[in-house]
Amino acid sequence: MNKTVIKALIPLLIFLSLVILLYSGLGKDTRLLPSALIDKPIPEFNVPSLLTGKRIDNETLKGQMYLLNVWASWCPNCRIEHPIVTEFVRQNIIPVYGLNYKDEPADANAWLNQFGNPYKDILVDIDGLVGIDFGVYGAPETFLIDAQGIIRHKIVGELNPYNIQNEILPLIKKYK
Amino acid sequence: MLAEIGQFTLVIGMLFSLLLAVLPLYGYFTKNDNFMHTARPLAYMQFLFILVSFVILVTLFVIQDFSVQYVWQNSNSILPIRYRISATWGAHEGSMLLWLLIQTLWTGFVAFYSKSLSRGQIARILAVLGIISLGFAAFVYFMSNPFIRTIPAPIDGNDLNPLLQDIGLIIHPPILYMGYVGLSVPFAIAIAALIGGKIDETWIRWSRPWTNAAWGFLTFGIVLGSWWAYYELGWGGWWFWDPVENASFLPWLAATALIHVQAVSEKRNAFRGWTVLLAILGFSLSVLGTFLVRSGILTSVHAFASDPSRGKFVLSLLAIYAGGALFLYALRVNKLKSKIGFELSSKETLLLTNSIIFFSACFLVLWGTLFPIIAESMNYKISIGAPYFGSMFFLIMIPMAVFLPFGMMYKWRKDEMKRVVTLLLPLLLLSAVLTVITAWYFELYKIRSISYIFNSFPVNTGRIKAITGIFGSYWVLTSVLYYFKVYKGNLTRAVWGMQISHFGVAIFIFGVTMTEYTDFEIDSLMHPNETKIVKGYSVEFKGVEKKQIENYQANIGHFVVKKNDEFVAVMEPQKRVYVRSGNPMTEAAIDPGFTRDLYISLGEQINTQGGWAVRIYIKPYIRWMWGGGILMMLGGFWAATDRRYFRMAKKRKQENIDTYLAS
Repeated sequence: MNKTVIKALIPLLIFLSLVILLYSGLGKDTRLLPSALIDKPIPEFNVPSLLTGKRIDNETLKGQMYLLNVWASWCPNCRIEHPIVTEFVRQNIIPVYGLNYKDEPADANAWLNQFGNPYKDILVDIDGLVGIDFGVYGAPETFLIDAQGIIRHKIVGELNPYNIQNEILPLIKKYK
Repeated sequence: MLAEIGQFTLVIGMLFSLLLAVLPLYGYFTKNDNFMHTARPLAYMQFLFILVSFVILVTLFVIQDFSVQYVWQNSNSILPIRYRISATWGAHEGSMLLWLLIQTLWTGFVAFYSKSLSRGQIARILAVLGIISLGFAAFVYFMSNPFIRTIPAPIDGNDLNPLLQDIGLIIHPPILYMGYVGLSVPFAIAIAALIGGKIDETWIRWSRPWTNAAWGFLTFGIVLGSWWAYYELGWGGWWFWDPVENASFLPWLAATALIHVQAVSEKRNAFRGWTVLLAILGFSLSVLGTFLVRSGILTSVHAFASDPSRGKFVLSLLAIYAGGALFLYALRVNKLKSKIGFELSSKETLLLTNSIIFFSACFLVLWGTLFPIIAESMNYKISIGAPYFGSMFFLIMIPMAVFLPFGMMYKWRKDEMKRVVTLLLPLLLLSAVLTVITAWYFELYKIRSISYIFNSFPVNTGRIKAITGIFGSYWVLTSVLYYFKVYKGNLTRAVWGMQISHFGVAIFIFGVTMTEYTDFEIDSLMHPNETKIVKGYSVEFKGVEKKQIENYQANIGHFVVKKNDEFVAVMEPQKRVYVRSGNPMTEAAIDPGFTRDLYISLGEQINTQGGWAVRIYIKPYIRWMWGGGILMMLGGFWAATDRRYFRMAKKRKQENIDTYLAS
């Protein structure tokens, strides 16, 4: 084999490694939480609130069951989800906290002014580090966390009437 | 019974694909004319049977046979007839059947418009297309069969996703698939040439109109998708860098690079290996896009039901097509060496630069799209948002716009840099003056949009980006117009097509820049008979009316818009709830205009006094963006009809027959 042929094999090798990568990603359902975090306490964090600027940490949120909704102003699905979150909050079942993920606070505030703020409080995660600890795959995502600060469920992608009815509400009953 | 017939014709169609994949190639290798001659009839038969199968699926939706699982899942008895028809491709199974239909349609076109090729050439091209059809036919039949029954038959169906109950979604998928699948033609031509072991300019000339046409469809498909997102999703955005959007954008970038490098490889016989690689890349990215969308490996607004076994199948197809193609390329690479030299200062260099820019853009978009998977394989999960794509793309499009006029003006083989610079210098100055005037007129220098570099260092990038964008637009525009002054005379359709597309690029850049940086929006609580003044428009809210329409409940807002006391428009945005599924939907009201769109969307009811949250947007020049896209498409189609492609092919006919009979 001469040099040209060896060079010409490079695209094939790159392609094959891509196929292997894609194959390894298959079957791992991206909508499922890595089971490690379910029924485990939420990771530790200490971040400012978008609304008040005060620090919030995991102790602050203890003593109540709540949803933690990961959102960002750049995330189109979050806008689709927004009326559903608003409706959920209006029903006054449990409070919803926001985790503003990899977002500029100015953009986030503009977003809230535009669509309204359903959140009881909002955690600011500019660089996405809290998100990494939570195993956030992308926005939107929602965690159900009980009064002891244990993660009970996670929904990847937007909340909708179905998963609220069939996943969230039964679990709220179960752990309340 | 009808569903079984549909299934049956699908199988027959698949058998014809199998024969098409085998017989002509067998004929080619054994130099058996009779077998080679089967290629065309088999291509037609394959199309015919898949068409019947598809028409049957449409019929099942129209007559509402809910015993068919796919029909039951995606329609119901109160769904209007037009959406019953479009529901055929509204979900995975049907859209794959549409894909297959379009694959066989292109194959049919190739069979019909290939009279100028030798039987050896056409046998190989159609056989490669047959292999591709076979793979997708098998995928439809075994992995996503739309004709499967559910017993007992349910009384009524579910619902078609309300987002898809819309005119944009009736035409968007077929057009986009015409583009995706159309790229299989240059792919097949490249592979057929590799099989034959010889790529001369005839092959490349013959593949150019197909590439242009497929690219035109792809462009139009993307424009339609963006337009749909704009009016249907209800918040005035037009591009989200969603994985599925990226899936359509990736092959477009590769095809754009291919079109430009084909110009070199046809006219100058250089970069033939690169041409072949880009042809392979274009179609492979189409298949990769399908894989990303169907496998559930990435989450997305558009995500269809995810199914790893389907993912495996599409991934295998991709591995066979692209892997096989790249292997064949490596085997034949020695025959692809360019013989003709050129200087650094030449059109060749600039077109190569162009293809490298588009290739890099393609790579960066692919990287951003796949990064979550790469990160996950290293056991952490991460996501990349629109900010990455936005800034990356802006940076890469600057050199594109800067080099475009040079590529147009440079001569083949060797040119004096001084000549071109002297030619373009007045345009540079003119563009600068026009940019200053525009920036002053639209007050672009007042834009404030702060970005943080390394999360701490604030830079007002909005102003810089807006002014750069406007300048780029004028730079391209003036050089396109100037081109006609420099290169007078009888320009070919190919040149006209090129310039129409480049004109479209200028218009597109202008539209995007203005829309992105000078749009205006307000959100407010409005009560009936209240008036808001928005950028000189007075918007009066008349109230909200409840109404039952077709298959949804609507709250319809009534707004009267005036400017300087002159009537502009009545606008009626809606808030819908679909009866069957309970899904809510926002339907924006848009008053389109040449220089601006008015866009009103209805939020939530706030209080019992008839107060509603209302969002009003002014979107300047947003139509120019799609207009630019449509011009690009028209340029692609126009160039595809250039006589040269057909004339030259005719002239070569006899030569080819001689060559291939001899070989």
